[in-house]
Amino acid sequence: MRPSAKNLFAAYFQVGISSFGGANAWARRMLVEKRGWLTDREFAERLGLGQVLPGPNAMNTAIIVGHGFCGVRGAAAAVAGLFAGPLIILSMLCLLYDRFGHLGVVRGALAGVASAAAGMMLGTAFKLVRGARPSAPMVAIGLVAFGLALWQVPLPWIILGLAPLGILAAHAEARR
Amino acid sequence: MSDLLALMAGLAQLSIIAVGGGSAVLGDMHRLIVEEHGWMDDASFARSYALAQASPGPNVLVVGVFGWHVAGPLGLLGATIAMCGPAGLLALGFSTMRARLTGAIWLRRVERGMVPVALGLVTASALLLGETALATWGNLPLVAMGLTAATAGFVFLTKASPLWMLGGGAVLGILLLG
Repeated sequence: MRPSAKNLFAAYFQVGISSFGGANAWARRMLVEKRGWLTDREFAERLGLGQVLPGPNAMNTAIIVGHGFCGVRGAAAAVAGLFAGPLIILSMLCLLYDRFGHLGVVRGALAGVASAAAGMMLGTAFKLVRGARPSAPMVAIGLVAFGLALWQVPLPWIILGLAPLGILAAHAEARR
Repeated sequence: MSDLLALMAGLAQLSIIAVGGGSAVLGDMHRLIVEEHGWMDDASFARSYALAQASPGPNVLVVGVFGWHVAGPLGLLGATIAMCGPAGLLALGFSTMRARLTGAIWLRRVERGMVPVALGLVTASALLLGETALATWGNLPLVAMGLTAATAGFVFLTKASPLWMLGGGAVLGILLLG
């Protein structure tokens, strides 16, 4: 079945307010498992494109999914749904933080979440590396990107320098 | 107000180069917000990130907390729009051409070729974030490093929800620092 812009807004609104720790896993659950609007494969293709394009992955994916079903209106509905709930919740959290952020309990809890969140990002990156099954040149390119970023080289230079090498490596990989 | 405009200008630039998502440019955000403009210190930067993690929604919403810190509710909205707008328009433009491009070999090569770059950037951002978080732990940096490493291992090795580790980290922080 083909969702309307209204359906898309409603589905993505639910994704937005339930997506702790990033939205992609929750979007897959909603679109593939609950609503059945996309197959796993179709979702993975859209997610892949969302990740290649610059900017927030979850938003890019929502735009591609929404646009595919209902054009520009669908894209706008999906993005609005995705962001509406979290923006309201985050505003309330910021208000609370302004009032109670000086308390030791709050600071302690946020310190714990900050360190764990860094670990979550790290673990997710490792998982993605494992899933990508990179060839040796790919690993080398990834390590160089990693080193340059740690060394605080500005991002545009890293991308301009390494993207052609990455594409070349992908080309070589495919020819083997 | 001029602070908000400067923040929005900086984020809009990051928006269109953030290959690998908002997390990949966290290091650049740190440079913009802490080093260049001094809007917050390391500890507040890390706490802002944690606050965004404690809220549901796309990870990119951390920029909303930065915006709030600089200019209140208007800042939250402005920063989110600046970070999402340019990339969103690009995605929309791409999406309209997509039907014609699907299956094109060169597109698959480009997609695959960007993967190692994106993963290198995300990994570096994770380490920079872990280092920044140390500032919130006072004289217990080893506990913070242990928590980051344990969470990384948990996420890498299990399929269980990372919320367990975020919640556990919060409890640990309250017990040791609260």
